[in-house]
Amino acid sequence: MTASLWTRLSNPGHFLRWSGAAGPWLAGLSALTLGLGLYLSWFVAPPDYQQGETVRIMFIHVPAAWLGVFFYGSMTLSAIGTLVWRHPLADVAQRAAAPIGAAFTLVCLVTGSLWGKPMWGTYWVWDARLTSMLVLLLIYCGIIALWRTMEDPNRAARAVAILTLVGAVNLPIIKFSVNWWSTLHQPASILRMGGPTIDPSMLYPLLTMILAATILGVTLHLYAMRTEILRRRVRTLTIREAERLDAGAPTLVPAPAGAAPLGQAL
Amino acid sequence: MISAFRALVARDLTLAARVGGSGALSLVFFLMIVALVPFALGPDLNLLSRIGPAILWLAAVLATLIGLDRLFQADEEDGSLDLMTGAPAPLEVVVLAKVAAHWLTTGLPLALASPLFGLLVALDGTAMAATALTLLVGTPALTFVGAVGAALTASIRRGGLILAVLVLPLMIPTLIFGVSAAQSAIGGTVPFATPLTILAALSLIAAVVGTLAAAAALRWSE
Repeated sequence: MTASLWTRLSNPGHFLRWSGAAGPWLAGLSALTLGLGLYLSWFVAPPDYQQGETVRIMFIHVPAAWLGVFFYGSMTLSAIGTLVWRHPLADVAQRAAAPIGAAFTLVCLVTGSLWGKPMWGTYWVWDARLTSMLVLLLIYCGIIALWRTMEDPNRAARAVAILTLVGAVNLPIIKFSVNWWSTLHQPASILRMGGPTIDPSMLYPLLTMILAATILGVTLHLYAMRTEILRRRVRTLTIREAERLDAGAPTLVPAPAGAAPLGQAL
Repeated sequence: MISAFRALVARDLTLAARVGGSGALSLVFFLMIVALVPFALGPDLNLLSRIGPAILWLAAVLATLIGLDRLFQADEEDGSLDLMTGAPAPLEVVVLAKVAAHWLTTGLPLALASPLFGLLVALDGTAMAATALTLLVGTPALTFVGAVGAALTASIRRGGLILAVLVLPLMIPTLIFGVSAAQSAIGGTVPFATPLTILAALSLIAAVVGTLAAAAALRWSE
């Protein structure tokens, strides 16, 4: 039952239909939760007794960090889907996730360094967490760059899936080694969030913001996937048109655009 | 299978020796980076001996990248990769043989020559031996990780730059543990064996993951 539902939902044609219907609802929901979260974090949450108003950066920073990691995880699952089942939608999902994940990772790094300036007195420290986020951003950049250099989407999909999986094996190792490295070189002096547990007055706005950011990320991802499917369809139709012109058969009736079989268009 | 492995290693070594001697060339490159660092930092021998292992490791990472983009690309262009793919020996063995040959012409000479270059950055005997040992243990990890990037970019023309972008972030753990092992031999709170065994573990993990991933990349790139 669940398997058949999943199969039906992940058929590209069905996907375009249900995601088209669900898109505006999700967008509205994310706007609503984002508005609520921002209201809570700006007006309701108290300023920190030590950090003052700058603590409000946290409400952007932590959700961005979560989404940066979340999208790498979803890309890993999609990579398995690409390599094992050769599912066309898995590849589309992976491709759409990479720029969004990279953007959230960048937001996390930028807000983190803006927060670091008043708190630590510097924009950047080679702290373990900062460094591993930076490496994550570099891996995202590598994946996006590899995608751009390959013309054929099917070949690019498999290459990127392999790279994503190798990166997924490496990320825990990098995280671990960077921790080791950082504790070797700067044993104390690392200021970090989360020694004491967060007070409920800040925790609930933060949780709301994380939820809102997750819905926003999923919405963006859904729209990016739709764009990617349509882009591929345009590409296939262009190639077919070129082939038709190349064959020099102008009398042939051109297939109407909507009639292109979906499986081939992908 | 063993004979196919041997034949491929012998072929790649012969090719490397005849076409410009890639082993000697990467040694010269290694020497050049080591020689450039004092120009950038100034000839302070105390400073150089303190960061000497780091310089040697950084040079090793960069020297591994030399010739890596041609690892599978040359065979892809002249068609011999197709023959290897169609051969009865599994593609993983082919990858393993080519990576072994590449390491024999880059990683091994670097590790063997590193005590000599350690003189240039004023390392003492213990530090020299330790750095050479860490390079010997750690450079296979660099080559195997690099092989994945080489296989992914085999069919891309001018894939050298993108290869570096893909592969360098994945080499960070090896670099960290290589340098920290070499540093702990000079003096420090951590015993030398701890980072060294982790470095060996990284090499073994990279050998498994790298071989499988590179073979998969080659198989699916057609």
